[in-house]
Amino acid sequence: MKTLHDHYDVLVAGGGQAGLIAAIVAAEKGAKVCLLEGAPRTYRGGNTRHTRNLRPLHIGPLSVLSGTYDEAEYWEDLLRVTKGKTNEKLARMTLRKSAEAVSWLEQRGVQFQPPLGGTLHLGRTNAFFMGGGKQLLNALYRHAEKLGIEVHYDAMVTAIEIENGTFKRLHVGDHVISANAFVAAAGGFEANVEWLKEAWGDIAENFLIRGTPYNRGGLLRLLLDHGAQQIGEPNQCHAVAIDGRAPKFDGGICTRVDCVSLGVVVNENAERFYDEGEDFWPKRYAIWGRLVADQPNQVAHVIIDQKSKGGFMPPVFPATTANSIDELARKIGLDADILQKTIADFNAAVQPGAFDHTTLDGLCTNGLAVNKTNWARPIDQPPYSAYSLRPGITFTYLGVEVTEKAAMKMADGSLSPNIFAAGEIMAGNVLGQGYLAGIGMTIGNVFGRIAGSEAADYALNR
Amino acid sequence: MRSTDKTTEAARVMSICNACRYCEGHCAVFQAMELRLEFNADTVDYLANLCHNCGACYHNCQYAPPHEFALNVPAAMAELRQENYGVYAWPGFMGKLFVNNGLWVSLLSIIVITLFAITTAQLTGNDFFSAHANAFYGVIPHNVLAGLFGAVGLFVLLALTLSCIKFWRAMQLPNPLRLNYRQVGQGIKNALTLKYLDGGNGQGCSYPDETPSMARRWFHQFTFWGFMLCFAATSTGTILHYGFDLPAPYGFVSLPKLFGILGGLGLIIGPLGLLALKIKADPTPKGKTNKGMDVSFLVLLMLSAATGLGLMLLRDTSLVGITLCIHLGVVLTLFLSMPYGKFVHGFYRLIALVVFAVETQDHKAIVGTPKTDTQTKIKAA
Repeated sequence: MKTLHDHYDVLVAGGGQAGLIAAIVAAEKGAKVCLLEGAPRTYRGGNTRHTRNLRPLHIGPLSVLSGTYDEAEYWEDLLRVTKGKTNEKLARMTLRKSAEAVSWLEQRGVQFQPPLGGTLHLGRTNAFFMGGGKQLLNALYRHAEKLGIEVHYDAMVTAIEIENGTFKRLHVGDHVISANAFVAAAGGFEANVEWLKEAWGDIAENFLIRGTPYNRGGLLRLLLDHGAQQIGEPNQCHAVAIDGRAPKFDGGICTRVDCVSLGVVVNENAERFYDEGEDFWPKRYAIWGRLVADQPNQVAHVIIDQKSKGGFMPPVFPATTANSIDELARKIGLDADILQKTIADFNAAVQPGAFDHTTLDGLCTNGLAVNKTNWARPIDQPPYSAYSLRPGITFTYLGVEVTEKAAMKMADGSLSPNIFAAGEIMAGNVLGQGYLAGIGMTIGNVFGRIAGSEAADYALNR
Repeated sequence: MRSTDKTTEAARVMSICNACRYCEGHCAVFQAMELRLEFNADTVDYLANLCHNCGACYHNCQYAPPHEFALNVPAAMAELRQENYGVYAWPGFMGKLFVNNGLWVSLLSIIVITLFAITTAQLTGNDFFSAHANAFYGVIPHNVLAGLFGAVGLFVLLALTLSCIKFWRAMQLPNPLRLNYRQVGQGIKNALTLKYLDGGNGQGCSYPDETPSMARRWFHQFTFWGFMLCFAATSTGTILHYGFDLPAPYGFVSLPKLFGILGGLGLIIGPLGLLALKIKADPTPKGKTNKGMDVSFLVLLMLSAATGLGLMLLRDTSLVGITLCIHLGVVLTLFLSMPYGKFVHGFYRLIALVVFAVETQDHKAIVGTPKTDTQTKIKAA
């Protein structure tokens, strides 16, 4: 790699939404900007490539959003999923500033889907990108190029020089680049299995990584080693249960399997281990990754019968099907006798009632060690289908601590004057645990704008 | 039901898209897909003819190559269209002409134009290179022209009608009299406005590159309405000739002339624009298709208009004979190639859009689904 200059006003590491926005804001303020993207051009944009929407606050209908989503409701939602693991000051500021996110993106060529279209009908709380996050990236990269921002691909930061908390220069292989201000927006470390193993032990070998293979946490590691204040724990990550046949990396959204609440889930011992009907699927989705991670060999199987077919989002891989539980067990490699007993016990424990997948219908089992509390129907109508499950890691929460101005805090309590952080690398400040659809893109958007603006002001001595 | 590499690939691609659905806002293909769980040959033929090859879903796809899912929806659909144009062609054996289409259309045009010139020169003798009092009818008499083009026209009409019936049946549309005409109207409107070249919310499609643009929609409209106006020019000419005993040539303020001039200009601007976009376009989303088919069709359309306008200017000069032969040769080639070239896409697309209107308004998949009980019973009886 060879840059046009040795020195820039603002240097940004990370070409996802947060980094791109920071670069654009800085360039719009007049700074000479260089953006380093670790991935090759076709895979540019980190996990933004796999995203679909952003959750913005709005009072009254707003271009692509219906109704009102005010601060009180938004804050309630965030508090519920994080269970208080959030910095309230930063979080409330993020929610307020998210109100400008959609128009900011629209003005730079990003297209949104009209509200209430399509299958999800989430037009009130979330603004959906037309075609998905890659469309947003394409539009922002075009805009960045128009602004004269120098973009480099395959440009992973390999070393960084920080003196007394002040950024001096960084290395991309042999190449050294210096800048007045630095924006760290290079994502988390979920694609770094070695690092995941430090936190999770050897079972992390069996995890699938849903997002980009380029979020290896290299920059995060460098910043922490140079005295940045860590936030969050290494074993905090967004882990969902996905199809066990999904690619090791980069499977994205389509690998989800969302028929768990319609059937039963068994582990490799052909035994159930958790209440499949505890709550609506979106609310329970995020806990199943950890549940499966706790099972032998990190594997589970969801089993449904003909009644449930077509009642959930179509999965990407075909189910294993059979005309008897016995045959199904053999096909998926489980002990047939135990599975038949598990299913028979489950079927016998099902209480009468009316099935309704749109409400918590109270259709439950009674007397089992692990009962199913809703949507419990006997598994008795062949053909039977099985989908294998594995833990799928979406992103990690460990990051660097920042201020409201996106300035990076140092472990000694001081503030770095010219290092700013945005996106997944600092999202843990707002989202200490749990997940709220679209909140990751909201944090990246808000902190991207703040970091770009503050970095430009510092670099240009304003 | 047919199962080929192309139908299998389209079904594979659609199964992954159906689990993702990020593109549902872009066009009808994805909304039609969402009504289904499985994709057989009829279904993918339907989806392929709904696809306008705008490229938006390819450029925005998180699973596009080099991702291991290697999704390329527009290419899979384009290659399948190429195959199914042949499948639905009438008579069936002529469907082979969709392979190497550009080559045989080019050869045909050379042969037809040459034959026209030689025959006409033979028949007119020394008068071939001279002006005539009654313009081109002095070169070739009206009745000969009407007979030749009438016969070819009737064959083209028959072949296109029977091909469309074949496709109509595969799409499981009912007898036309039993259709809901509000739904048909919606399909026709979507076809005429080229709704699905709008990218989803009016920004235009990703053609020739990932940047949304209205260029292709506009040039296509020039081409389509140019063709329709030229058709109107011929039709009004025929009516004036037979109905009012007013043979050509016509003055500048006559319906055939006005339609012809405007249509001719549209048929030059449109195809030239589309050809220019095609040259600039990213080849990946186009697939490994017979590009010659698209190019030869556009060139024939453009040449029909250009030579027609040329004939109008040269009809009272000594070049009338040769210009007429070239013009008629081009038009005859266009006619002959219509049922076995790119021209058919308009009809299949229109039918697919009508199906889409019916399916979306009834919230139910029709194409590719098992026939309903009543339909089966009627057949059995």
